[in-house]
Amino acid sequence: MKKKLVSVLLSGVMAAALLAGCGETNAPVNASDTAAAEEAAADESTEAPAEEAAAEDASAGEEAVEEVTEEAEADAVTTEGDPNGTHMEMWSFVEAHNTFYAKMLEQWNKANPDRTIEITFTTYPYGDMHQKLLMSLQAGTGAPDLCDVEMGQVPNIYEGLDTWLQPLDDAMAPYAGDMLTSRLDAYKGSDGKQYGAPFHVGATVQYWNMKKLEEAGITKEDVDAVETWDDFTKLGEKYLEAIGHEEGKYWTSVDTGGTDWMWIAMAEYGDDWTGGFDNPANVKLDSVKKMLKMQQDWLASGIAEVSPDGHIDLEAGFQNILDGNIVTFPKAMWYMSRFTNYMPEEKGNWYITKCPVFEKGQKCSVGIGGTGTVVTQQSVDKELAADFLCFAKMSPEGETMIWQDLGFDVCNTALWTDDAFAHDDSNQYNQFFQNYPYDVLASIKDQIGTILTVKISPTINEYFCNTTANEVLEDGMDVDEALQELQDAVDMEQ
Amino acid sequence: MKFKKFLYSQKTAPYVFVLPFILSFVIFWIYPLVTAILMSFQDIGAITTEWVGFSNYGKLLKDRVFHTAMINSFEYTVFTCALLIPFPLLYAVLMDSRLVKAKGVWKAILYMPALTSVVISGTLFRLMFTEYKTGQMNMLLALIGMAPVKWLKNKWTGEFALLVLCCWRWTGVNMLYFLSGLKSIGTEIYESADIDGATSWQKFRYLTWPLIKPTSIYVLTISIYAGLAMFLESFMLWAGNDSPHNIGLTIVGYLYKRGIQKDDLGYACTVGVVLMVIALIINFIQLAWNGTLKKEES
Repeated sequence: MKKKLVSVLLSGVMAAALLAGCGETNAPVNASDTAAAEEAAADESTEAPAEEAAAEDASAGEEAVEEVTEEAEADAVTTEGDPNGTHMEMWSFVEAHNTFYAKMLEQWNKANPDRTIEITFTTYPYGDMHQKLLMSLQAGTGAPDLCDVEMGQVPNIYEGLDTWLQPLDDAMAPYAGDMLTSRLDAYKGSDGKQYGAPFHVGATVQYWNMKKLEEAGITKEDVDAVETWDDFTKLGEKYLEAIGHEEGKYWTSVDTGGTDWMWIAMAEYGDDWTGGFDNPANVKLDSVKKMLKMQQDWLASGIAEVSPDGHIDLEAGFQNILDGNIVTFPKAMWYMSRFTNYMPEEKGNWYITKCPVFEKGQKCSVGIGGTGTVVTQQSVDKELAADFLCFAKMSPEGETMIWQDLGFDVCNTALWTDDAFAHDDSNQYNQFFQNYPYDVLASIKDQIGTILTVKISPTINEYFCNTTANEVLEDGMDVDEALQELQDAVDMEQ
Repeated sequence: MKFKKFLYSQKTAPYVFVLPFILSFVIFWIYPLVTAILMSFQDIGAITTEWVGFSNYGKLLKDRVFHTAMINSFEYTVFTCALLIPFPLLYAVLMDSRLVKAKGVWKAILYMPALTSVVISGTLFRLMFTEYKTGQMNMLLALIGMAPVKWLKNKWTGEFALLVLCCWRWTGVNMLYFLSGLKSIGTEIYESADIDGATSWQKFRYLTWPLIKPTSIYVLTISIYAGLAMFLESFMLWAGNDSPHNIGLTIVGYLYKRGIQKDDLGYACTVGVVLMVIALIINFIQLAWNGTLKKEES
C-alpha cells in the first residue's frame, strides 16, 4: 500500500515537473525570438537579417539558466542629449536605429533649447525587447518612454490602444501632409488613432539582374515593356529559351516562407485578407487564388523554383541570387540594403522597375515590413516624447537622415522628387543600382497599397507559410482546397 | 530558550528539515499548477481578463494544428522509446561482456553527445539535413546514386532527422543507466546458470532481463516524459517553431507558440493542462502495467 502511495506521489511530482517543463520553455526565449527575428528580417528593413540572427541563434545556445541572465543584458546602452533636459528611456532592437535617434536628438536639442531631452538608449535582441515591452505595458510599470515596435509585433503591442500608448495624431500634424497616408494607416490602432511612427514605405519593386539578362539578349527596353504578369511570364520563357533551359537556372523563385507575393496580388486588386479592423478575415480572395495558380503554372513549366529555405531574404536566397539561379524578383525597397551588405559584388548589375500587375491600371506596389515607434503612457512627458519622435522620424531633416544613414525609402513623398535628396550621387544605393531607386518610387507614388497588420494577421501568415504555401507550391494541391483549409484555421481564431 | 527547545524537539525537527522542499514545491510547482488550471478557463487579453468557461477546451478539440502537434509528440515518444531502450540495452550488455575491447573508449564515444548543447547540435543537424546538394546527408545519398532529398520538408524524413538527433544524443546516457543496472547483478547467479548449462540467450532472457527490469522501467518512464516534453530539438532543427506542414511542432512547442509568441496565455495554459493530463494518464497506465502500482506481496 505504501508503495502505491509513493507511486501516486511520484506521478504527481512528475506531472508538476511537466508543468515546470512548461516554465522551462520560457527559458530559450532568445533562441526562439532570434528565429523570429530572422523571420522578421524578412519584413524588417534593418541591417540585422539572417547572418546576425544566425549568429545570435548560436549565442542563444546556452542552457536555460544562463539564458535568463543573458536575457537581462542589453546589447548596448548609451545616454545622449542634454543632461539638464527631461530624462527619458528608449528601446530598440537595432543599434543603428538608436544611433539614428541619437543624431536626431542632437538636432532637436539645438532647435528647442527650452524643451531639451536626455535619452538613455538601450538595444535589446528582437524577441527580448518586444516581450519586455509587452510585459511592462501589461504590468503598468517599467516601460520606456519611447520604443521601436516591429511590424510583426504591432498587433500585440497596439492591442492596449491608448491605455498603453500615446496617440501621435497631434504631434505629427505638422508633417502629416507630406507623409504617405497608406503607410501611416499601417500603424493605426483599431480605434483609428495613430500610435506608431514609420521609418519607411517598404514599397515593393521589381529587381532585375540586367547583366544576366543582357547576356541572354534581353534589353532594358524589353524589361520596361513588362506591364502585366503575362508579359513577365512571356519574357521569362524567352530568357529560359535563350539560355537553353540550363538546369538549375530559373527566371524567378516563389516563396513558401513568406507572404510577399500574396500581398502584392492583394494590393493590385485592392484586397486585404485580414478584413481590416472591422471585418472578419477572408483569405479566399480571387487575387490570392490568381497568384497561387500562376505560381503553380510557373513551377510546372520550369519558369520558377521554390526559394531555397522558403524565401530570398536569407543566406540561401542571397547565394541563389549570387549564383545567377534567379534573375528577377519582386521585393520591398529595403531589400536594397541586402545587396550592399551581402552581395556587394553585384554592384552595377541590377535594375529596378515597378512590379508587374495582373490587369493594366492596377496598383502595382504594397508597403511591406517596418518599424512603428511608439510613445508609452508611462512616459514622464508624453507630449514632449511624441513631439521628438515625430520630429525624428517624419520631419524633412529626419527623413534625410533616414535615407542617408539607414537607406530606407522614406514616407515623406515631397522628398521623392527633390533632386538634391533623390539624385544624390554620393549615396551608396544610388551608386549601386543602374537607375535611381527614388525615380521608381516617385513613379508609383499613387500606386502603393496597404495590407493591414491586425490581430488575426500572425495567424494567417503562420498558417499560410507553414501549411498552405507548402501544399500549393510543393505538393501541387488544388488552390481552392488549400485556401479553404486556411480559412477554416483562421475562422477558428475569430 | 523556547526557540532552542523548538529546534531540538524531535517532533518539529523533521518538519523544519523538509520545509525548504515544501516551500519551493508549493511556490514553484503547486502555485503555478493551480494558476495554470485557473488560467486555462480564461481569455487573457491585453487589458482585460475574462472567464470563458470551457471555450478554450472546446477550441482545442477543433484545433487542427494542436492535433498535428499531439500526433507529432506521440509519434516521437513512441519511436524514441522503441529505439532508446533496446539499443542502449544491447550496447550495455556488450560493454558488460568480454566481447568488446577498449570499453572506456566506446563508452566515452557513446556518451560524448550528451555533453553537447542541443542548440549547437540541433543547428549542426539542420545544416547536415539541408535540402541542398551540398548538404552532408544529400552528399551521402549522391554516393549511392540517389537524388537529393528535401529532408526537413517532408514528414517522415523530418521525423527521421529528429530521431537521428535524439538517438545520437541519448543512446550513451541510457546505456549508462543499463550498465549500472547490469553491474548490480552479482556474478554468482551467472556462474550457477553456467553450471546448469544455460545458453547466453537463456541467461539474458531469464536472468538479465528480469533483474534489470527496475532500470528498464525507469528508462521507459523518463523516455516517455522526455518525449512528450520535447521542444528544443525540433525548435533547433527547424530554426524556430515553424516548419512545413507543422511537421516539427510538438505539444510544448505549440504551448510556447500560443503563450509567448502569440501572447495568448489562457489558451496556452489549456494546452499545458491537457498535456499534463495526458502525461499523467500515460504514466499511470505504464506504472500499472509493469506492476509498480500493485500491492506489495508480503
